[in-house]
Amino acid sequence: MTTAGTGQAAAAAAIQVHELSKTYGELRAVDRVSFEVGEGEFFGILGPNGAGKTTTLEMVEGIRQPDAGTVAVLGMPAWPRNPRLLPRIGVQLQASSFFERLTAREQLVTFGALYGVPAARAEAFLDLVGLAEKADTREGLLSGGQRQRLSIACALVHDPDVLFLDEPTASLDPQARHNLWDVLRTIQRRGKTIVYTTHYIDEAEILCDRVAIMDHGRILALDSPAALVRGLDAPTRVSLPGGVLSAHLAEQLPGADHVATSEGELVVTTRSPAQLISALASADLLDGVGVRTATLEDVFLELTGREYRA
Amino acid sequence: MSGVESGPPGLGVAAGRGDRSGRGDPPGLGVPAGRGARSGPTPALRQLLTLGQAMLRGFFRDRNALFFTFLFPLMFLVIFGLIFRDSGQTRPTTIGVVGSGPVISALPATVVKATPYASEEQALTKVRAGDLPAVLIEQGDSVVLRFSAADMVRAGILQGIVASVVDHANLAATGQLPRYRLVATQVEASNLEPIQFITPGILSWGVATSAAFGAALTLVSWRRKQILRRVRLSPAPVWTVLGARVGVSLVTAVVQAVVFVGVALLPIFGLRLTGTWWLALPLLIAGTLAFVSVGLLVGAVAKTDEAASAMANFIVLPMAFLSGTFFDISQAPRWLQVVSEALPLRHMNDGMIAVLVRGQGASALVTPLLVLVGFTVVVTAVAVRVFSWDEA
Repeated sequence: MTTAGTGQAAAAAAIQVHELSKTYGELRAVDRVSFEVGEGEFFGILGPNGAGKTTTLEMVEGIRQPDAGTVAVLGMPAWPRNPRLLPRIGVQLQASSFFERLTAREQLVTFGALYGVPAARAEAFLDLVGLAEKADTREGLLSGGQRQRLSIACALVHDPDVLFLDEPTASLDPQARHNLWDVLRTIQRRGKTIVYTTHYIDEAEILCDRVAIMDHGRILALDSPAALVRGLDAPTRVSLPGGVLSAHLAEQLPGADHVATSEGELVVTTRSPAQLISALASADLLDGVGVRTATLEDVFLELTGREYRA
Repeated sequence: MSGVESGPPGLGVAAGRGDRSGRGDPPGLGVPAGRGARSGPTPALRQLLTLGQAMLRGFFRDRNALFFTFLFPLMFLVIFGLIFRDSGQTRPTTIGVVGSGPVISALPATVVKATPYASEEQALTKVRAGDLPAVLIEQGDSVVLRFSAADMVRAGILQGIVASVVDHANLAATGQLPRYRLVATQVEASNLEPIQFITPGILSWGVATSAAFGAALTLVSWRRKQILRRVRLSPAPVWTVLGARVGVSLVTAVVQAVVFVGVALLPIFGLRLTGTWWLALPLLIAGTLAFVSVGLLVGAVAKTDEAASAMANFIVLPMAFLSGTFFDISQAPRWLQVVSEALPLRHMNDGMIAVLVRGQGASALVTPLLVLVGFTVVVTAVAVRVFSWDEA
């Protein structure tokens, strides 16, 4: 438990969520969700649209009242609105919320002033998110990626300990997403606790220290991406271009457990990929071979029995 | 098909910026700001000013809003000012005269312009054609006025004038001194040309419109863009949003008043203010608050900018007509006048006319101020009840 104001115990939980629930009519948007986020951790909430990620995040941020359960952020209850806690959290909302017709710099200065932050600090944060050249551009003229980065800078300008990001990479092109990942990593390196939602599986796998997989308002699994995949104990799938090897011969390969043909490819399932691949290598059959191990996508499939669709 | 590709740690795009952010740590990262950098003894006031400044900046960069706040009401002022510029002074009415005598020669030239015709028949043709309102025929002791019924008011006025001239001539013929004397003097300190009424009306309407629209659009667009939510997530007290909006609306109202009155004072329009014009300031403030409260109600109910605009228009524009902003409401049916008395804009109008051009004192402000403040309290209370911070 963190004592309010000190924030030095590295192993302490920055956020404690216990049995959190929210119901809208018949819909159980969030259903008895519990988790903890450690200080300095990059914590992801992953799930398809409508899984309850945003509602969960909003209750943790303290802008939505839970029907049941408790949330403590930095040792303080998040609800009702707590002006002592607010300066220590930074929130980036789903719709990038900017003051109309103000420039990038003015947005930062304005948001900062609400927290009593001197205007001069805006420059450093523009630099941090790579928008120094766009300082005098009005918000309406920024690209989607630039808006997201500015919006993160606005959430950071008062130097909070905990940063909440709601789908920061949604609807960005791959280039802009990669830019943003870098910004997020930089922020984490500075010791911030980051809680963020995403529906991109690959992204959660790359960025997060730990991931909570949500569906239908519940957390189905919570661990580091690697541990989740490992826990799946899924076989490796090795694909060979069609016509290189017959299915019958493939079954004879060392380590091959199962052989199937799909879309003109020969797919060999194995639990000893090293053995299989060295056999293929010695037979000089590595050209065009693809190796696919399990991902969070398979974890989701295993947990829900259906394909992941954002 | 690729394996578990745990994205290369230093992405290409990232490297350049990574270097930069590595050396130049933003100040304070690590030193929490909320606790350390609280400045000034009244942070709430600072937060209010911050929000107000953001609102004002956004407003003055919005050409559309500027047009509808300042130029659009000014256009009405100019149009009405020019249309009605001369209607305050009565131009002489032309009538036809046939023959001559003491009555015809005594017709007052400031009111009646006599055009002689050779024959009665010729003049009557003009009257029938609508070119002349009446013809006066004087032959010896006989004085005949023949008028067109097309304009009964004008015919009545002409009859009155001719009758008084005839009476005057009769009295003079008796050689007696008149027993009664009529003394007529103007009540108002200054002249009451149309610009004197148009300016207060347009000012009230312009202030009402911009106050209502400003408050409604701020609430709706700040809610839609989640700025309200962002403010609620900051330590700024939530009332600072309201305070900032009221402040911006008051500043706008004062600028509007200076612009409209300034233009009306130009010689071409010829507005003349009375000595009590400064009493318009409390009225301006109370009127702005009343229509900010209308805007708050609209902004609490409306979900989109378009809906907010339509609703604000629907409330303010009919109110402007019923309050006698553009024309005199005193000719309207009784029930409409009762409706008019219930409207805040009517009282703002009346108060503005009283202090700006009629030269009445502070006592003329009592009713308008009470009505406006009462209206503000009630409407704001309703708005607070229906308000929500987030889109449903």
